[in-house]
Amino acid sequence: MSRFNKGGGREMPEMNTSSLPDLIFTILFFFMMVTTMREVTLQVKFEKPVGTQLEKLARKSSTSFIYIGQPTDALKGQYGSSHRIQLNDRILEAPQVYDFVMEERGELAEADKPFYTVSIKADHHTPMGIITDVKQVLRKAYALKIMYSANKQQEK
Amino acid sequence: MGKKRKMPGLNTSSTADISFMLLIFFLVTTSMDTDQGLARSLPKPPEDDQLNNEIKVKERNILNIRINKDNYLLIGDDYATLADVKERAKEFIKNEDNKPNLPELKPHKVKELGKTFMVTENHVISVQTDRGTDYGVYFAVQDALVSAYNEIRDEFSKQEFGYKYDQLDADQQKIVRDVYPQKISEAEPKKYGGQQ
Repeated sequence: MSRFNKGGGREMPEMNTSSLPDLIFTILFFFMMVTTMREVTLQVKFEKPVGTQLEKLARKSSTSFIYIGQPTDALKGQYGSSHRIQLNDRILEAPQVYDFVMEERGELAEADKPFYTVSIKADHHTPMGIITDVKQVLRKAYALKIMYSANKQQEK
Repeated sequence: MGKKRKMPGLNTSSTADISFMLLIFFLVTTSMDTDQGLARSLPKPPEDDQLNNEIKVKERNILNIRINKDNYLLIGDDYATLADVKERAKEFIKNEDNKPNLPELKPHKVKELGKTFMVTENHVISVQTDRGTDYGVYFAVQDALVSAYNEIRDEFSKQEFGYKYDQLDADQQKIVRDVYPQKISEAEPKKYGGQQ
């Protein structure tokens, strides 16, 4: 055996990579735990308003999102170009928010229900009429904790 | 003979690649973005018998901010710009000079400090919009109001505790919040200067 090595002195031993998969798996699990699956594909375009006094959303798991904006280019033909409301994967009307809230809140554990929050992600050009309609429906559904989603203003 | 041969170890050199693929898949499909925004709580839906007897608030205690469909602002009775909102709100909430057109000052006793502060306990800031108002403008007004409250709380915290509001502990924050509670009314929608 040793005669094969005769010619060229000692070689650098190769690094042991047998633990590399374990390392990567650890990172993988870390990411799986801290992130949540992106649940919906957006069918409306929105550019969130900017603000300075924002708070972080505390409990993402007990939050529902309502997206409001203009339909994406692919869906313009179907829905027109006025601002629309997207709930889960469908574009719906304001009164249907009620069923949406009931359904979403119903899925939560009893302990999480008091923390149920609705985050409104709306385009900054949305007419307030739509927002008020949604808010009135939310009140009716007793989903009183809401959040106006926004982006942090870049400091100059 | 065959039994003596050792089982060759499974080649695991590609496990790293496989797990890398999984990792990248998860990175792509998940979102890390923490949602930020302004938290608000809506009032309870009106009961039937409550409809007619709305809570009476003295006129001097209300600051009306109206935004019309062209995004023009009216604070009280004056035209204003977004930049004015914060100052006007601060002046209104504090009413340092006890002006008669600003909300009435009421004594607020803080047991923990053994002091009594004169604060505008019953003030309400109401933001009213037209159906055609841009959400962005409405949001900017809300943001300015929150920043007015935050500045007032910061000033008060510095004066009483020597630190900014966020640096106080939970009990102290509660004291400050009780002295200057956030009272922004989510008013019922009304129609101003625009066609339906």
